[in-house]
Amino acid sequence: MYHWVPFWPNTAAVNGQVVNALYIAELAVCGLILVMVCGLMLTFCLRYRRGSSASRADPTQKSWAFEIGWTVATLAAFLGLFVWGAAIYIWLYQSPRSDLEIYVVGKQWMWKIEHPGGQREIDALHVPVGKTVRLVLASQDVIHSFFVPAFRIKHDVLPGTLETVWFKATKTGEYRIECAQYCGTQHAHMTGEVVVMTPADYARWLAERGVRESLAQQGEALFRERGCSGCHGANSTVHAPPLEGVYGSLVHLQDGSTVRADERYIHDCILEPRTFTVAGYPPVMPDFSGQLSEDDVVKLVAYIQSLADKQPPPSPKEALP
Amino acid sequence: MTAITADVPTSYLTSENTVRSWLLTRDHKRIALLFFASITFFFFIGGLAATLMRLNLATPTGLLQPDIYNRMFTMHGVIMVWFFLIPSIPTTLGNFVLPLAIGAHDLAFPRINLASWYVFNLSGLVLLFALVMGGVDTGWTFYTPYSTLFSNGYVVAATMAVFVNGFSSIMTGLNFVVTVHRLRAPGMTWMRLPLFVWGIYTVSVVMLLATPVLAMTVFLVAMERFMHIGIFDPSLGGDPLLYQHMFWFYSHPAVYIMILPAMGVISELVTCYSRKTIFGYTGMTIALISLAVLTFFVWGHHMFVSGISIYSGVFFSLMTFFVALPSAIKVFNWTASLHKGSIIFDAPMIYALGFVVLFTIGGLTGLMLATVGLDVDLHDTYFVIAHFHYIMVGGTVSAFFGGLHYWWPKITGRLYPEMWARFAAILTFVGFNLTFFPQFILGYLGMLRRYYSYPPQWQSWNVLSSAGASILAVAYIMPLGYLLWSLFYGERAGANPWRATGLEWQTSSPPPVYNFTRTPVVTVAPYAYNAEDGSFTAQTGITNA
Repeated sequence: MYHWVPFWPNTAAVNGQVVNALYIAELAVCGLILVMVCGLMLTFCLRYRRGSSASRADPTQKSWAFEIGWTVATLAAFLGLFVWGAAIYIWLYQSPRSDLEIYVVGKQWMWKIEHPGGQREIDALHVPVGKTVRLVLASQDVIHSFFVPAFRIKHDVLPGTLETVWFKATKTGEYRIECAQYCGTQHAHMTGEVVVMTPADYARWLAERGVRESLAQQGEALFRERGCSGCHGANSTVHAPPLEGVYGSLVHLQDGSTVRADERYIHDCILEPRTFTVAGYPPVMPDFSGQLSEDDVVKLVAYIQSLADKQPPPSPKEALP
Repeated sequence: MTAITADVPTSYLTSENTVRSWLLTRDHKRIALLFFASITFFFFIGGLAATLMRLNLATPTGLLQPDIYNRMFTMHGVIMVWFFLIPSIPTTLGNFVLPLAIGAHDLAFPRINLASWYVFNLSGLVLLFALVMGGVDTGWTFYTPYSTLFSNGYVVAATMAVFVNGFSSIMTGLNFVVTVHRLRAPGMTWMRLPLFVWGIYTVSVVMLLATPVLAMTVFLVAMERFMHIGIFDPSLGGDPLLYQHMFWFYSHPAVYIMILPAMGVISELVTCYSRKTIFGYTGMTIALISLAVLTFFVWGHHMFVSGISIYSGVFFSLMTFFVALPSAIKVFNWTASLHKGSIIFDAPMIYALGFVVLFTIGGLTGLMLATVGLDVDLHDTYFVIAHFHYIMVGGTVSAFFGGLHYWWPKITGRLYPEMWARFAAILTFVGFNLTFFPQFILGYLGMLRRYYSYPPQWQSWNVLSSAGASILAVAYIMPLGYLLWSLFYGERAGANPWRATGLEWQTSSPPPVYNFTRTPVVTVAPYAYNAEDGSFTAQTGITNA
């Protein structure tokens, strides 16, 4: 279907269907107000043009009844729209239980995609239809913004931390990915395609990529290479928090606060460990910001995520007070 | 110039004729004209950048190099925001009319007023330096860490231009606040102030409170770029969102700095040309004040998708919805003011009616963007571009041109050619809508701002928009021609050609050096027009049949 003059964008996700309904409702309310204001202006302009015979006697005096009346009416209509919009925002931006989690790293001017199975692609994102897909977004350099118009989802991608966004595609096909935040010379060409496939096609696509190691396995290799295991490993002599079972748990920090260990927490801990010193441990971990690329951090995060269901190994330190 | 009749004192235009008398003048009317010259210059530079942008976007691949295009939209934004829209109405019409309208002989601090013009031009020179040296490609928002670490343009020069420019805003704002408090004529109580004065007064307070934050912000950007002090860049330990919070804490109020004086102008025009008092004067003043207050609590709506917490998003959405109320009150009251009027469709009134329509569209689409769930989709698209151009260009620039035509006889003593002016006003409205309405559709289709190139299926709307822009350009150049013509050949205007009630119309045109030969005494509220018998009562209490 190709319209030379398009009026309405493709809608290919449940997110988009919900936003469409709100958009149409707002167009209706705003259109009504606009027609009312313009209609009144036009009527008055014609009827009360200079020289017309309409009576000017007893012009309506301003009364508080008028003023308060239309203020309250406007407020009521608008507050309804506010509540509707806020509900959608909370729904769009809170991560639901996802069927699939994919990492996206933005850099000038491309999108690098890392699938949990270790498959990698650039400026293309293959996903199965009908599944809730959660994207974990990272930026290597400046602020980008991941946007799929056909899904009506958008989220800024900030350097130095992780953001998440989710969607559930309803139609197979190819849809444009754009970068919505100005990021330099080729901002207009920082685009890509989401390829929505049937689950069977998706499984075939994954298999055809012929990947040896999953993202978590790649992370595990890095974990050893970069020396993380020296402290966090089972046989370490350094007093460092074990990472098994950390993902998804509540972590007590030195400053008395408690945080849920999600991807963002793990990411930020690797880059700036001193900001997140865990209660009961000395702040000895070196700073990895500038040492690791976002691609590597993402692998490490995936590895630590894969340890979520494991038990920490018994360690001689457990006995210490 | 022909001889001036004996009973009229020497006008401010002819009192002295040396260049020095202009460059060192302390007369607010002359300083207003100096500002006119400066902002007109910048308006056409900014307009030239816009022309090149629309030319580029006529084809999907773009005609300019991407780096050139990026510099064009940055210059367009920086110049139009700080060097045209913000100073436009306050420093020209405000400077000229405000003291006259409250019956004062000048502003409270005439030297500061002149200094403001020099500081403004200094900042303009710094900006032109940045432009000539190769420009800046960050966008007018200077978002970090792009601006501090990645951009290779003259970011420091551009931010310093904005920094210096802020002092001009602060000086002018301070001057107006003190003038309105201290120099009102006897009997000119707060509730007898013309709404134009209220508009300028509220905007001056916002300028004083918001501009220092901008100064701090751009100063920190320069520090980070120059000396690598980590404030906004995460790789230096900074927070990029901090920049956005600080920037929008100023730049949202900046939008109101543009629109509040415009609202004041429109209230003057609607009443004068419909020969009716304003409907709900008190409501109008409350609306202006509440807009000036609310504007400080809505900056987060620029950051709904930036990674702020969901709760902040919902809070800022609610605050933004509250802004719709005073805006709606103003629109309803202007409309109601037409009822049982005796409406004259002179050029200023055409601009004013156009303003109300365009401001309403801009306001309602603003409401859609404030709806936080919808903004996730619309954010950073052309929908946003169209929305704020409806407010700033459809709103502020229409009001500026409307006010310029309305007060032209007072400023110059000459009438502008009415037919030409009506034609330009209608052309503005048509050209504007043709330029910016297609952009709403492009936005929902997914076309993003700051794109030098786009998929071919969006070309038809872009071509329409570019065609509209060429009409708009003609509509903006026309007044430059016929207004200059009228300076020499225009019909002489009397003191009060529009039979208006404001004090500025009760002195000669152009006014004498110190505005009034005798300080006027105010006895009635503004806008005492009678549509039934065509009479009006000036604020001095004199009724004219």
